[in-house]
Amino acid sequence: MASRKGKYTILFDDPPGIRASAAVGCAKEADGPLGDMFDIINRDSYFGQKTWEKAESEMQKQAVAKALEKAGLTASEVEAVFAGDLLNQCVGSTYGLRALGIPFVGLFGACSTMAESLCVAATFLDAGAIKRGIACTSSHFCTAERQFRYPLEYGGQRPPTAQWTATASGAAVLEKGDLPPFIRGITIGTIEDLGICDANNMGAAMAPAAAATLKHFFEDTGTKPADFDLVITGDLGQVGSELLRELLRRDGYDLEHRQSDCGMLLFDREKQDVHAGGSGCGCAASVFCGHLVPLLRQKKLRDILFIATGALMSPTVVQQGESIASIAHLVYLSSEKSGGKI
Amino acid sequence: MKMTPEEYGRLAQKASPPSPMGKNLLMAFLCGGGICALGEGFRLLYQWLGADEELAAAGVSVTLIFLAVLLTGLNVYDNLAKHAGAGTLVPITGFANSVASPALEFKSEGFILGLGAKMFIIAGPVIVYGTAASILYGLVLWLFRLY
Repeated sequence: MASRKGKYTILFDDPPGIRASAAVGCAKEADGPLGDMFDIINRDSYFGQKTWEKAESEMQKQAVAKALEKAGLTASEVEAVFAGDLLNQCVGSTYGLRALGIPFVGLFGACSTMAESLCVAATFLDAGAIKRGIACTSSHFCTAERQFRYPLEYGGQRPPTAQWTATASGAAVLEKGDLPPFIRGITIGTIEDLGICDANNMGAAMAPAAAATLKHFFEDTGTKPADFDLVITGDLGQVGSELLRELLRRDGYDLEHRQSDCGMLLFDREKQDVHAGGSGCGCAASVFCGHLVPLLRQKKLRDILFIATGALMSPTVVQQGESIASIAHLVYLSSEKSGGKI
Repeated sequence: MKMTPEEYGRLAQKASPPSPMGKNLLMAFLCGGGICALGEGFRLLYQWLGADEELAAAGVSVTLIFLAVLLTGLNVYDNLAKHAGAGTLVPITGFANSVASPALEFKSEGFILGLGAKMFIIAGPVIVYGTAASILYGLVLWLFRLY
């Protein structure tokens, strides 16, 4: 059974495991430092479709199909899929998963969706409500740009704090069993807002959310950053990562040399012109599914904290003068089912 | 530790690298100047071909708009603008790009509700306030001429 630890954290006595995971990416992602981690690379950003939105759906469909194939399962053997994306009405997920016939729990957590879907799926599994579930999400540079910013061919200049939405998707098949890695615990994030209004500085908007969730987890469990091999955030980028370290340092937690960020790993910031780093649901999702899960399974990493961060931004409300509210959900993963510091 | 938005704003500003102002200004000057020089070249060419001053000026605008829209369609304009910044934004080429790029982008939602409705999503405000400003300017001019 799940048990509450402290005010915010949930620990699983019989932790669910990740049976298989898959990552899908596009050309820029494939050319990045983690290019080899992708199960499917589609260099055509339309993914053979007519519109960007359809391309994103196709990408999510491919990620789920690949994860099922790697797990040796068919869609009918999965009892629920937990998914979402950045688009209005989560159309990337809705239309990508439409044909599967799996009960669907639609989630919106902006770029934190991978962690959010893992949190919900793990809780459903632990409660015995399902025996097997899929957590997945995606983002597409072109769909995100047109919904949140400018048309692709518009000749604007991006400031150094801007981040690059990854065209990628990740899907993970979760079940109770003895296959590592295991989801040992989760901390659902609180909505944080320290007044950042600049949509070109998402890292700064999201850093307080990551700091709050990490602080809650460390306080609840009595642990510290040094107890984990890696504390990896979703898409804080360079600016957000620096702010996160500073915020936690002020609270007495030293993240130095422990923290990494999926947005900083996915792209080469100097060569790929992504400014402060990568972002988007697909950034954290593909790095998690393609890079972190295999490292945990091979026991190259033992205990990690995966904190996907999301800017819950609506262009409409920001234009009305609101600041950007953010959230970060934490997933504590381990290559071992028990033991460790918690 | 509880932090106020003001304190965090200062911290965030410190952590956020500013845009490279010197480089941006220089590139805007060179590229914007380049586009104007190109326009001047076309003006001289059209006059040499026999156009009067007014026709040559209109010809320059049409040529620059055509080139900007063509380069937008060829996926080149945004790559130039990335470096040129205000240099490609301020001249008439920037205006042309701001109309052509949403037209291309929103074609997927159809010719009426997509392309037609969204075409002026960026240029629209410029037209509205440009027209309003010209009326205001005309009014001031008219008042001055009364006396």
